Amino acid sequence: MPAVISISGLTKTYASGLTALETVDLDIRKGEIFALLGPNGAGKTTLISIVCGIVTPTSGTVLVDGHDIVRDYRASRAMIGLVPQELTTGMFETVWGTVSFSRGLFGRPSGPAHLEKVLRSLSLWEKRHDRIRTLSGGMKRRVLIAKALSHEPEILFLDEPTAGVDVELRRDMWALVRGLRESGVTIILTTHYIDEAEEMADRIGVINKGRLVVVEEKTTLMKKLGKKQLTLHLLTPMTSIPAGLGDWRLALKDGGNELEYNFDAGEERTGIPSLLHRLSELSIGFKDLQTRQSSLEDIFVSLVSERNPANSSSPLAGEDRGGGSEAQLKASPHPKAPSPAAPLSPSQGGKEGSA
Amino acid sequence: MTGGMMPAFNRHGVLAIYRFEMARFKRTLWQSLVTPVITTALYFVVFGAAIGSRMGEVDSVPYGAFIVPGLIMLSIFTESLNNASFGIYLPKFTGTIYELLSAPVSALELVLAYVGAAATKSVGLGLIILATANVFVPIQIVHPLWMIAFLILTATTFCLFGFIIGIWANGFEQLQFIPMLVITPLTFLGGAFYSIDMLPPAWRTFSLFNPVVYLISGFRWSFYGTADVEVGVSLAATVGFFLICLAVVAWIFRTGYRLKN
Repeated sequence: MPAVISISGLTKTYASGLTALETVDLDIRKGEIFALLGPNGAGKTTLISIVCGIVTPTSGTVLVDGHDIVRDYRASRAMIGLVPQELTTGMFETVWGTVSFSRGLFGRPSGPAHLEKVLRSLSLWEKRHDRIRTLSGGMKRRVLIAKALSHEPEILFLDEPTAGVDVELRRDMWALVRGLRESGVTIILTTHYIDEAEEMADRIGVINKGRLVVVEEKTTLMKKLGKKQLTLHLLTPMTSIPAGLGDWRLALKDGGNELEYNFDAGEERTGIPSLLHRLSELSIGFKDLQTRQSSLEDIFVSLVSERNPANSSSPLAGEDRGGGSEAQLKASPHPKAPSPAAPLSPSQGGKEGSA
Repeated sequence: MTGGMMPAFNRHGVLAIYRFEMARFKRTLWQSLVTPVITTALYFVVFGAAIGSRMGEVDSVPYGAFIVPGLIMLSIFTESLNNASFGIYLPKFTGTIYELLSAPVSALELVLAYVGAAATKSVGLGLIILATANVFVPIQIVHPLWMIAFLILTATTFCLFGFIIGIWANGFEQLQFIPMLVITPLTFLGGAFYSIDMLPPAWRTFSLFNPVVYLISGFRWSFYGTADVEVGVSLAATVGFFLICLAVVAWIFRTGYRLKN
């Protein structure tokens, strides 16, 4: 698939001396949903802001559908819609007024039919005559999305679109994003909620300290870096692992009541049948067994902490580089979403299955 | 939108900003229009009717009529600075500047829209004050076309200046600093209420370093045909100030000063 955004050697050093991006190379494919993950201050918003024309790069080039964002800024910006992280809306304008303004600003003639479609899809049609200041936070977030879609962009940047929104709006947004992708819009999403990326993205990019750590198809990433775990609930507790089980990576848990076996999800031979056979030979009985696959969050935490040894004692701690005081990966406030804790903790939302 | 469809001049973008600013003007009509008109009317009551009736003519013009061009200029300076500075400062303050910076709008188009809207308001206000003054004192306009030209040029120049202040300002205090502490004193000392010929020679020479003297003098010449300084010099000073503001705005957009990181 051709690249609709092509980023080469992109570096940004602010006047303060802070290097927010360091030689970033990235291609975004036409029509995909690309999730950019990273802790606070990793450089996600700087990257988006440069592509959109809000921040000036120190070096490097960005092409949007072949248009250089500096030399040919009109053509590149006309293709892009941006939903910013903060709830930056006017106060006194009406919903209809502000989306009409955005459409005109991006060079489009009046298009009431399109604006109506956008407002209806975001459940804002009934609110079109309301002043923005009278709307709830969730509704304001919808207005920002409506503004970004008002000029029918081919590329949509969503910078933390579901930060602080309720479950219903979150689901609506996911549906909207999928619908946009169906219509050919390329979507670049940054999020702290890893389950969101896991749910939505075709490809994942992980950025940390201004460097792209990994860019990979989501399924490949999870297959390559994911781990699987088999837990056997023993009939009789063990005090140590018998010598006859030394060929498997086993650990005793729960005071010897559980036998845990970790294996690579990508490997063709998992070693499970032979393990079960050996247990039978050794007359070690179990009353239940479970398998669990590591989630994208586990992989993300592992990637970020691997490259950030200073944080190894607290793998979720990211560095704050001026983007805000919060310096941790956010726990999703939603029931489905896992909270950031030790990887592969069964309560943390990995994919679990009982055998 | 496909990038190739984007025209060389973003007419819709300019109109969107212009309409947005004019809508803001309508929302704040009381503050933007009625307040300066009432203030100016009070000036006429005090200086024109109460004090002016006891004063003689200045440059063969009744005192009440003499102060009309100066009062219009005072309002034009203040309102142009306020309108334009607030217009661009507000998106910075609320954070909505992201949309302007990410839109396919050139620096020239942005200036055209913001300064155009602010200048429209200022010129309209100037004409309304002129009509108000006509109720209180007899007014004569010897060079009406020059009067309009000076009005538009001065309003546009001060709107550009206000645009610069709006970008420079980091808070509401800074936003008010130059209009209140620089422009208003310079206007009062720049011959708004008197001819600088009435000053002692030393003060007169000192006043010639005040750029506002040239703006008021030229505008007053268009009314009564008399001026403190040559009208050509006034015009050159006004155009010069306009070009300086234009150059500063161009520099701001070239460097991204206080707009982009």
